Amino acid sequence: MKAAREVGIAGYGAYVPRYRVLTETISSTWRPRGAAAAAVAEKSVPGPDEDVVTMAIEAARVAVGRAGFDPGAIGAVWVGSESKPYAVKPSATIVAEAVGIAPAVVAADMEFACKAGSEAMQAAVAFVGAGMVDGALAIGMDTAQSKPGDALEYTAGCGGAAFLFAASDESLATVEASVSHVTDTPDFFRREGAAYPEHGGRFTGEPSYFRHSLAASRRLLAEVGAEPGDFAHAVFHQPVPKFVTRIAAELGFDAQQIEAGLLAPRMGNAYAGSSLLGLAAILDIARPGERVFFCSYGSGAGSDAFAFRVTERIRARREGPGVVDYLARRREIDDYGHYLRLQRKIRRS
Amino acid sequence: MQLPRFHRLRSAYYHLEGQACSACGAVQFPARRSCLACRSEELERRPLSGRGTVFSYSEAVAGFEGFAPPHLMALIELEEGPMVAAQLSDVEPEEIEIGMEVEMVTRRIRELAPQGYIVYGYRFRPRLEVEAGR
Repeated sequence: MKAAREVGIAGYGAYVPRYRVLTETISSTWRPRGAAAAAVAEKSVPGPDEDVVTMAIEAARVAVGRAGFDPGAIGAVWVGSESKPYAVKPSATIVAEAVGIAPAVVAADMEFACKAGSEAMQAAVAFVGAGMVDGALAIGMDTAQSKPGDALEYTAGCGGAAFLFAASDESLATVEASVSHVTDTPDFFRREGAAYPEHGGRFTGEPSYFRHSLAASRRLLAEVGAEPGDFAHAVFHQPVPKFVTRIAAELGFDAQQIEAGLLAPRMGNAYAGSSLLGLAAILDIARPGERVFFCSYGSGAGSDAFAFRVTERIRARREGPGVVDYLARRREIDDYGHYLRLQRKIRRS
Repeated sequence: MQLPRFHRLRSAYYHLEGQACSACGAVQFPARRSCLACRSEELERRPLSGRGTVFSYSEAVAGFEGFAPPHLMALIELEEGPMVAAQLSDVEPEEIEIGMEVEMVTRRIRELAPQGYIVYGYRFRPRLEVEAGR
């Protein structure tokens, strides 16, 4: 898919909370029998006063500030998440108000499991590409949910990123093309009112993550007429690090290409924020002229893939905190009870 | 019903919006009817930078309803001059120092009931260290 006019990313911002829990702290409580080695060593945990709205506000402020964009000129804000603080009441209006974008703006929350953030990116490209708005903000952010003791609890992390899309002549990276691939696949879901998601165990791999990520990635490569070797960097959705190394290998990307965007080993899987945060980490180090390959995955199921080309404006648009700065301010939560409290998994009423 | 109150306060809560006096130039927070320095009523809205330093602080051990502990209360001296009382975030009590540089963040400051309205507003955290030369 290509927009009628060329679109790019004018500014970006990331967010990862300060707290971490070691997966060892989780396994020492649940003592899983015969479990394989933990997929990640630690994961990010929200602070007691944080949620998707507060995290989205910080990432959005950085994105808008780096773009040097008048917040009032932004015409759309979408927040993609599966851990919204309210079941009914948009997160996007709070973000729009706090960042100074409201009221002349289209705003809503996107829902598509871990692909909700890239869904917001597709919509932003379309709105800007159609000439309806000058700037559109797409955010993917999660305080990822998981059932206590479940396999997902060892990786469900917290964080995300915001991207301000605008006309390509103002951008730090232009969008070459994007594609989407979706089917009805029951690998993971959460019913209305349920506290924790359900998932299909081994079913989450081959017929779900790999099938959709491969299809979208191959379609995008065909659409832009490129080979994996043409890209300096590639980022995928990151449920566990080995899924990313495997899909990269199947498509023909090497370890060096996925290195900058692979954050799961340090913070776990930030669900709707996962691939967007990886893209932010790539932009933190990318050089003008480099091409960046992006592919998300969301259960239910589908993938969005984007090809970007970095412009010379990138060097002047990295002011303020990068992904590494957020990862560096690490504070360990060393007991499982404290972790449960921060994840709001302890119900008192 | 406190919802109308929090709705009216959102400029102050979300943007740390204060006032600048057109007569004497003094900056104040929160907004008032007249200038604290010269009593002029000619005031214009002024969002503050959110940068400041810890003037003093205290750890409250008793909880307040609707506020999640720990309660690290501080007086923040803002770059523009006004002093604001707010909670500190992303910091342990032993890490706080008088004079510490802090910045405003928008966080959950209160829940009106366990399943009730969430009030978002300003808190302050130690200024984020940014790696140079990126």
